[in-house]
Amino acid sequence: MNFLLSKMGLYAVAGWAVITLNFLIPRLMPGDPASALFARFKGKLKPDAMEALRQQLGLNDAPLLKQYWDYIAQLAQGEFGLSIAFHPEPVLGVIKIGFIWTVGLSGVAVLISVVVGTGLGAYAAWRQGGRFDAIVPPAVAFLAAFPYFFLAMILLFFLGLEWGLFPLGMAYGPYSAPGFNGGFIYDLVSHGFLPCLTIVLASLSGWLFVMRNTMIGVMGDEYVCLAHAKGLSRRRIFVAYAMRNALLPSLTSFGMALGFIVSGALLTEVVFSYPGLGYLLLKAILSQDYPLMQGIFLMITLSVLLANILVDALYYVLDPRTRGGR
Amino acid sequence: MNLLTVRGLSVDYATPNGPARAVHGIDFHVNQGEVIGLAGESGSGKSTVAKAIMRILQPPGFISGGSVLLNGRDVLTMSRSDLRDMRWTEMAMVFQSALDSLNPVLPIEAQFQDLAIARLGRRLAPAQLREFLRFVDLENRVLSSYPHQLSGGMRQRVGIALALVLKPKLLILDEPTTALDVVVQRHILRGLQRLQKELNFSILFITHDLPVLLAMSDRIIIMKDGLVCEADTPSALRRRPEHPYTQQLLASMQLLEDGGDGSPEERT
Ligand SMILES: Nc1ncnc2c1ncn2[C@@H]1O[C@H](COP(=O)(O)OP(=O)(O)OP(=O)(O)O)[C@@H](O)[C@H]1O
Ligand SMILES: [Mg+2]
Repeated sequence: MNFLLSKMGLYAVAGWAVITLNFLIPRLMPGDPASALFARFKGKLKPDAMEALRQQLGLNDAPLLKQYWDYIAQLAQGEFGLSIAFHPEPVLGVIKIGFIWTVGLSGVAVLISVVVGTGLGAYAAWRQGGRFDAIVPPAVAFLAAFPYFFLAMILLFFLGLEWGLFPLGMAYGPYSAPGFNGGFIYDLVSHGFLPCLTIVLASLSGWLFVMRNTMIGVMGDEYVCLAHAKGLSRRRIFVAYAMRNALLPSLTSFGMALGFIVSGALLTEVVFSYPGLGYLLLKAILSQDYPLMQGIFLMITLSVLLANILVDALYYVLDPRTRGGR
Repeated sequence: MNLLTVRGLSVDYATPNGPARAVHGIDFHVNQGEVIGLAGESGSGKSTVAKAIMRILQPPGFISGGSVLLNGRDVLTMSRSDLRDMRWTEMAMVFQSALDSLNPVLPIEAQFQDLAIARLGRRLAPAQLREFLRFVDLENRVLSSYPHQLSGGMRQRVGIALALVLKPKLLILDEPTTALDVVVQRHILRGLQRLQKELNFSILFITHDLPVLLAMSDRIIIMKDGLVCEADTPSALRRRPEHPYTQQLLASMQLLEDGGDGSPEERT
C-alpha cells in the first residue's frame, strides 16, 4: 500500500507541474502572440471574447499569483476559454470530441500492439534460436526503423491510394450517420484501420524486444529450470513461470514508452486527417489558436500521466512483492 | 544394493576457447538408504556433478562421457519422457541457491499444487500439504505466503519439502544450508536425518561443511579440481586421510575446533 501511496504522491507532483507549466509557458513566451492575434482578428472577435483571450494569455495587469489562482479556479470548473479556430466554440467542447477519437484510436492501437508485441516477444524467447526467432524479431525491427509519419504515408499511398482498399482519411465517411448500427461500425473500422495499423507497426518492436530479452533472462532463472525438472507442463511453465515474471519489467518500460507512442499517434492522425487531438493541434497551430493549443497540451500530458498511473496499478496487481508484507 | 552408480562421468563447459573440462571422469556410488557427503573446495565441480546426474545441466555445460546408472538404467541415454517420469519420483534435488528456486509470483501452495497436478494428476489435499510442511517444521500459514515473505531458511525448507512430494528414492541436496545461521542449519539437518530414517531414502549431500558431513554421512567423497581425490567413511577419513587436500581440510577444521593451537598430529 505504501508503494502505491508514494507513487500517487509522485504523480500528484507531476500533475501539478504540468498544470503550472501550461500556465507559465504562454506568459514566458518570447514575442507577443496576443498582439499578433489581435491584429489578425480585429473586428472579427467580439469585445467580450477578446477580453477573455487577453485574460487567458496573461495580458492583464493582475499580479502573477492572482492570475495563477484564477487559472486554477477556471481549470477546476472545466473552463478552458473559447477557441479561435472554431469560434465561438468553447475549447473544452472542441477538445472533448478530439479526445474521444484519439483515445479510441490510440487506445485500440496500443492495446493491440502490446498484446501482439509481448506475445511475439515471449514466443521468440521460448523458441530462442529457432526459425520464428530468426525471422520475426528482425522483420519487426525493420518496420520500426521508419518514423510514424513515413509509415503512415506509405500505407496511405499503397493500401489507400494505389490499391484503394481503404478510405483515405477522416474517421468515417461523409454519407454515414453516426449511430450504433452495422453500417456505421464497418465504416468506422475501415477508416480507423490504416491509422491503427501504422501505430501498431511502428510501436510493435519496443514490446517485442523488451519482452524477448527479459523472458530470455527469466528462462535462465533457477525456478524455471526447476519447473522443467519437476515435469510441469510446458504450457504452465510458459505462462505462469516464464511469461508472468517477464511481464513485470516489460510493464515498467510500457509506462515510459507511452509518451512516445502518443506523440507518434498524433502525427499519424495528421497524415490520415483523423479528427483527434493531433489533427486539432495542427489546426490550432495553423490558426494560432493559443487557447486550444494550451487545452490540448494539458489534455495530452494529463492523459499520459493517467495512463502511467493505470500501468502502476497493474504492476501492483501483478507483482506480489509490491503489495507489502514482511 | 546400489541405487546410483556413476562411472567415468565427465562434464565440460563450452567456452570461446573450446570446451573446458570441469569434471574429469569420476566414479562413485550411492547405496539404498545411505547418506553420502560430497565435499570439496569452491569450483571443484560438486554442483556440476549433481546437475549432470539429474541431467539438468544448462548450456554451456554438457556431459562429455561416462554413465549414470539409477537402479541399473542409464540416466544419460534416457528419452525425454522417461526423464520426466524419473525426475522427482526417483531422484529429486534442492538447488544451491534456494533463494532463486521458487517462482516469485506464485504463493507457496500453488507451487506444491503445480507439481502435484503435473505429476499425480490431482491436487494435494490440505492434510497432505500440512504433512509435507510438518516434515520440514514449517507452519501452515507458509502456504498462502509468497516467496519474498519468507526468510532464506524458510525458503530452503520449502525447497526440501517440494523435493519430497513424490517420495524420491534419492535426494540430492546442494549446499542446502549455506545461507542459514548455525542454529537453523542444525535444526534442518536433524529434521532431515529423522526423515531419512523414517522414509529410508538416500541422500547425496553437497557441502563445504566438513564437520557436518563427518557427523551425518555414511561415506564421504572429497573432490578437487574435477576429480574424486578420496572416498571413505568418516571414521576412516579422520584416522588416516590419504590425500594431502583431505589432510589440509581436516587440519583447518581441527584448528578451528581447538581454538587455533592444535595440530592434526596431536589428535588421535
Ligand atoms: N556456466 C558455466 N560456464 C563455464 N564454466 C562453468 C559454468 N558453471 C561452472 N563452471 C565451471 O565449472 C567448475 C565447477 O563449478 P561448480 O559450480 O560445479 O563448482 P562447485 O564445486 O559447486 O563450487 P561451489 O562450492 O562454489 O558451489 C568451475 O571451475 C566453474 O568455473
Ligand atoms: Mg556449487
